[in-house]
Amino acid sequence: MSELAVELRDVVKTFQTPEGTPVNAVDRVNLQIQNGEFFSMLGSSGCGKTTSLRMIAGFEWPTSGEVFIAGQPQGHKPPFQRPVNTVFQNYALFQHMTVFDNVAFGLQMAKRPGDEIIRRVGEALEMVKLGSMEKRYPRQLSGGQQQRVALARALVNRPQVLLLDEPLGALDQKLRKEMQVELKLLQKEVGITFIFVTHDQEEALSMSDRIAVMSLGKVLQIGSPVEIYERPNCRFVADFIGETNFLEGQVRAVDGEKVIVFVPALEAEIAGVGYQSFHNGQQVSLSVRPEKIHLAEQPPDGQKSFPVRVTQVSYIGSDTRVLVQAGKTTLKVAEQNKISTLDPDAYFQNGEQAFASLTPENTLVLPVDEVP
Amino acid sequence: MLQQLRENKSLQGALLILPTMVFMVGLLIIPLALTLVASFGQRSPDGGVIFTFSLDNYIRLLGFQPGCLQPSCFDSLYLQILWRSLTLAFQTTVLVILLAYPLSYFIARAPRKRRTTFLFLVLVPLWTNFVIRVYAWMMILRTQGVLNGFLGWLAGLLGIPFAPLEMLYTPGAVLVGMVYEFLPFMILPIYTSLEKIDPSLYEAAADLGANSFRTFLRVTLPLSLPGMVAGTILVFIPVMGMFVVSDLLGGRQVILVGNLIQRQFLDARDPTFGSAASLILMVMTLLVTYFYTRKFGFGEEIVAA
Ligand SMILES: Nc1ncnc2c1ncn2[C@@H]1O[C@H](COP(=O)(O)OP(=O)(O)OP(=O)(O)O)[C@@H](O)[C@H]1O
Ligand SMILES: [Mg+2]
Repeated sequence: MSELAVELRDVVKTFQTPEGTPVNAVDRVNLQIQNGEFFSMLGSSGCGKTTSLRMIAGFEWPTSGEVFIAGQPQGHKPPFQRPVNTVFQNYALFQHMTVFDNVAFGLQMAKRPGDEIIRRVGEALEMVKLGSMEKRYPRQLSGGQQQRVALARALVNRPQVLLLDEPLGALDQKLRKEMQVELKLLQKEVGITFIFVTHDQEEALSMSDRIAVMSLGKVLQIGSPVEIYERPNCRFVADFIGETNFLEGQVRAVDGEKVIVFVPALEAEIAGVGYQSFHNGQQVSLSVRPEKIHLAEQPPDGQKSFPVRVTQVSYIGSDTRVLVQAGKTTLKVAEQNKISTLDPDAYFQNGEQAFASLTPENTLVLPVDEVP
Repeated sequence: MLQQLRENKSLQGALLILPTMVFMVGLLIIPLALTLVASFGQRSPDGGVIFTFSLDNYIRLLGFQPGCLQPSCFDSLYLQILWRSLTLAFQTTVLVILLAYPLSYFIARAPRKRRTTFLFLVLVPLWTNFVIRVYAWMMILRTQGVLNGFLGWLAGLLGIPFAPLEMLYTPGAVLVGMVYEFLPFMILPIYTSLEKIDPSLYEAAADLGANSFRTFLRVTLPLSLPGMVAGTILVFIPVMGMFVVSDLLGGRQVILVGNLIQRQFLDARDPTFGSAASLILMVMTLLVTYFYTRKFGFGEEIVAA
């Protein structure tokens, strides 16, 4: 048996648009998704997440390239012959059928015997905590309950892969958080590969084993949540995942992973780490996360720092967000409130002078993206 | 006065429904009551109504003679007419569903821009007067008509001997006419119900392992049932009372309740018997509709759409 649950090889999907110019909704995408993995596809609206998922499900066929499920090329196989099931964003429940019949649908199509259907539907509804509602119609359920029916209806078939297209998009914030936890637990329990589409980075970070960050039909980076956040491979990913400060500059010296960059806005040379190859004179961006900038009232000893002026302070409970003017640029800094105090002097004030220091390990050197 | 009107909600309500009330009472309730009264009356020699209370008209409708309820007096003529109307309405409805469904399905799944055009084409015949369209069918079905002309030409081409078919003034001709007249009234509601089905339901069914045929049986068909129900009500009831189509395309061969009633009022000049037949028709239609809607509802979703 193949290790890979799903593989996309050089998949391109071109749509003919009414405006006349064809668009590549998915552009040479390569993905390798392991068995049992919780894999997320993350990207802003229109980046091709849904289209990729629909090609795995069989609702669309690639213009070129190939989709493999469990090692088998799928070609133009229709959806009903693929060992995957989908949870649709709008749930797509059958309004004219009871919860039981909705969940039983897939098993009936597979011509399972009646007693097995009753048993498995019961188990599936139990699993999503809807055991008592099998006689209801979808319109008699809340949004969250409908969501669970959609989940049960897909999972009851024990697919090799479950595809979820923004399944929590229609739920309110609180329910969404609850379902995130439940979905993750459920995935562990059933051990089925989940491919989860979302445009909510927090959701992706908290749930996934690995994430593919997409933009304009292309996969920019694939990695674990930590890798994606701590080691983004390009400006777009650094910007899209979490918050960051960019400093534009020019490479002055390269020593292995250590890169010295001259930043005109600060009129200073800053040391950072680069995990790609750089050469002298190259235009680069430095990315520093707000929580990784150190702000102090006195210049710290033995560390390079530069003077800044505090321009805005907002206290948000766990953190204090501070905007500082540094040279010709503004930096976002997040100060964790580790000590409980009411003393205003313990917090930075507007207009205050301070010193910011960056450590080279926390300063990521990234190539300037070719595409804007 | 005006102040009083502003404050009195029930007075406002009464005023609002007044025009409709006048209309309904004047043109529906009173005529209906008159019909009921007349159906128990007797025909006067000059074709008027003598108001009595006699069941003669109903006895005649059931096939007996007034004053003779023996089997020897029984004549099933009127019962046959009633039965024929019922079966014809039933046949028409079934045929119309069979013809309208695929077409509605086709239109509902056509690209959005085309749908308007197709619906427009479905409605175009309704611009021509209904009687004129029936006359057109006479032209087509006559012994020397368009269809026979075409068949003769075809037979001549193939060298087969051909005798013109007698198509006009047959039950088949009436059925064709009815189906033709009422097709749009079935297409529209079925189309509406099909068009409302969320396409993602088809995808969900396919995703769960249903091929197109089973998707149709389990998803499309049940979800379009309200359209068929609404269409059936729109077709069955008028066909039951229709007399123009059977008059023109059926001649003396195909007499329906509608024709019977019309002839009693206009030719036989027996309004009392005509009234009794009208009431029987009404009761029959109401009964069928009642049992039908009790089982399937009115297709409210469609009517409300
Ligand atoms: N059937 C289609 N015809 C033409 N263009 C399409 C079609 N489907 C999608 N597209 C285009 O392909 C691109 C990707 O669409 P897709 O639905 O995959 O985005 P997405 O990442 O799922 O976005 P969202 O987060 O908004 O759901 C978009 O630019 C969209 O306009
Ligand atoms: Mg989408």
